[in-house]
Amino acid sequence: MEVTYIKAINAALHEEMRRDENVFVMGEDVAELGGAFKATEGLLEAFGEERVIDTPISEALIVGAGIGAAVLGMRPVVEMQFADFIACAFDQIVNNAATLRYRHGGKAACPLVIRAPSGAGVHGALFHSQNPEAWFTRVPGLKVVAPATAYDAKGILKSAIRDGNPVVYLEHKRLYRSVKEDLPEGDFTVPIGVAEIRKQGGDLSIITYGGTLGQSLDAARIVEKEDGLAVEVLDLRTLLPLDREAILLTARKTGKVLVVHEDRLTGGIGGEVSAIIMENAFEYLDGPVRRVAAADAPVAFSPPLEEFILPSTNKIVDAIRSLAAY
Amino acid sequence: MDETNVARGGVEPAPRVEYELQLYYWMKLIRAFEERVSRLHRQNKILGGVYSGAGQEAIVTGICAPLHDGDFVAPLHRDMGVFIMRGVDPGRLMAQLMGKETGLSRGKDSFLHGGDLEHAVFGSTSMLGSSIPVAVGAALKFKMKKDPNVAVAFFGEGASSRGDVHEGMNFAGVHKLPVVFVCENNRYAYSTPLEKQMAIENVADRAVAYGFKGHVCSGNDLLAVLELSERAIARTRAGEGPVLIECKTYRYRGHSEHDAALYRDAEELIEWQSRDPIPSFEFYLEKKGHDIKRIREQIDERAKQAVQAAVEFAEGSRLPEPQEALEDIYAPPGAPISPKAPNSSANGAR
Repeated sequence: MEVTYIKAINAALHEEMRRDENVFVMGEDVAELGGAFKATEGLLEAFGEERVIDTPISEALIVGAGIGAAVLGMRPVVEMQFADFIACAFDQIVNNAATLRYRHGGKAACPLVIRAPSGAGVHGALFHSQNPEAWFTRVPGLKVVAPATAYDAKGILKSAIRDGNPVVYLEHKRLYRSVKEDLPEGDFTVPIGVAEIRKQGGDLSIITYGGTLGQSLDAARIVEKEDGLAVEVLDLRTLLPLDREAILLTARKTGKVLVVHEDRLTGGIGGEVSAIIMENAFEYLDGPVRRVAAADAPVAFSPPLEEFILPSTNKIVDAIRSLAAY
Repeated sequence: MDETNVARGGVEPAPRVEYELQLYYWMKLIRAFEERVSRLHRQNKILGGVYSGAGQEAIVTGICAPLHDGDFVAPLHRDMGVFIMRGVDPGRLMAQLMGKETGLSRGKDSFLHGGDLEHAVFGSTSMLGSSIPVAVGAALKFKMKKDPNVAVAFFGEGASSRGDVHEGMNFAGVHKLPVVFVCENNRYAYSTPLEKQMAIENVADRAVAYGFKGHVCSGNDLLAVLELSERAIARTRAGEGPVLIECKTYRYRGHSEHDAALYRDAEELIEWQSRDPIPSFEFYLEKKGHDIKRIREQIDERAKQAVQAAVEFAEGSRLPEPQEALEDIYAPPGAPISPKAPNSSANGAR
């Protein structure tokens, strides 16, 4: 049966809560409403209000209380209603959760998952469109994941829940109902920290994740048909820790790399990926590592503005052609 | 205390006498530890920030004494005493201060952020007040799992201005969680006096806004703290929801050992020192017929030896190897998650 990205998340939550009674869900409107996007639909009915908890509008409390429960052996999955709101819980995540094991001399763990609906392209404007990954990908102690397929959305969420570390789980809103696929029956997980080749190719590599995987694959198919270019597409899936091996493997294979993400250009993960390649695979390169990313602006509301700011299939196609011709 | 027995002129039951002498020992040990730490800091044997809780011993002693094993405590940066009260080896505390490998964080952080979950003590961060939601989360776990435990979160009047404190207390009130909030109101947040911190007189007055009771007591009076603490902990353990206890006290030393605290009035300090919790409790013990001179000598000696042993342990411990800086960042797969939780044992202090 075809399952959407959001249903895959919902199924992962149902299955993990059934599997482990220490898993519980907490956030704004997650219980009776089933979440603003319905990610937590049906959980209240299945597991009761003790394990599916509506909170006040208190992001610091949501994460902080998650930390307190997690260190005592619970496995909380907390929801930031929109990824933009995660800024209100920033201190709890980067200072409290991320350093927890370190400051307890390795004798504590914080198995906490923070789900955050991120991304633009749904006319959410400034405060419902952000991609906050770069805020967190430079914080040791955290893991940051960004699945792009329904299979990964489910498998990575299950891995995150079973992980012993705080995981920021970025789910892209535009994918909720636009991405669907057949999922196997039964339990499966997708490992954190392992990238995946989505399309093989020898001429040029695209390294991407989350909201721009689909656009990148579309662009790769267009240039394959129109220009005869074989583009390899690597889906990072995990942004911290990065799968450096997979990044270097594809860079060495094709010699030309385009990094694509919906997060802003400056200080985005693309810069780090580029530096990893420059430091370790420079002699394999036939051109500069290039990036397609959002403009350094807040995500504006009016359609022409939003389109101007965000990456798109066309922008990726142009970048591939320019890099291929280098 | 068996009041009737005492009132009849009878002999007070031995356990209570021993308990009170133990409380006295704890206060003296914490003070001796703090004083030694200040001295070691002046001798450059301890680097970084040292935040003395001298003058505030009655609060941690009175609050922690009635706790059970397994009760969760989130101390603040001036609460060395909490670790001692919870049974953490003072040697490991001293090693933590000296950056030694045997310290609670294995050299990763200075004193104030060490934690020891095996003794259910949560290591705080410098973002004061941020451990309030954490303690609330621990209490949420206790409620969900029907554990007979309570969580205790310490914070200062300065931290009470932070949003995290409000968010945590509000949620605890909504869900009637087993958590006791303890405000150590020592009148100064670094240099900022109470009057610039809040427009009301008592932090405890805020409790009404969260739907639970707030109490004020003298934080320099061990018996006053203990009475409130025993009642609050028993009530919240019985499922009656959170309680806020505000202990009015005073910080003897500067914000940290680097701070000469010149923003304070010298007379104010002298006045508060005249209400020092330790002589006050000695006066109480004496009135009850104890030979305080003899007891003080014995207990001072015990405390001195315990502190000396701690210093020797710490000084004899190795510094971490450089590459250990990269350890303890992530829990490896399959690592045990929940701490080796102490049993929630029967009544009374350890």
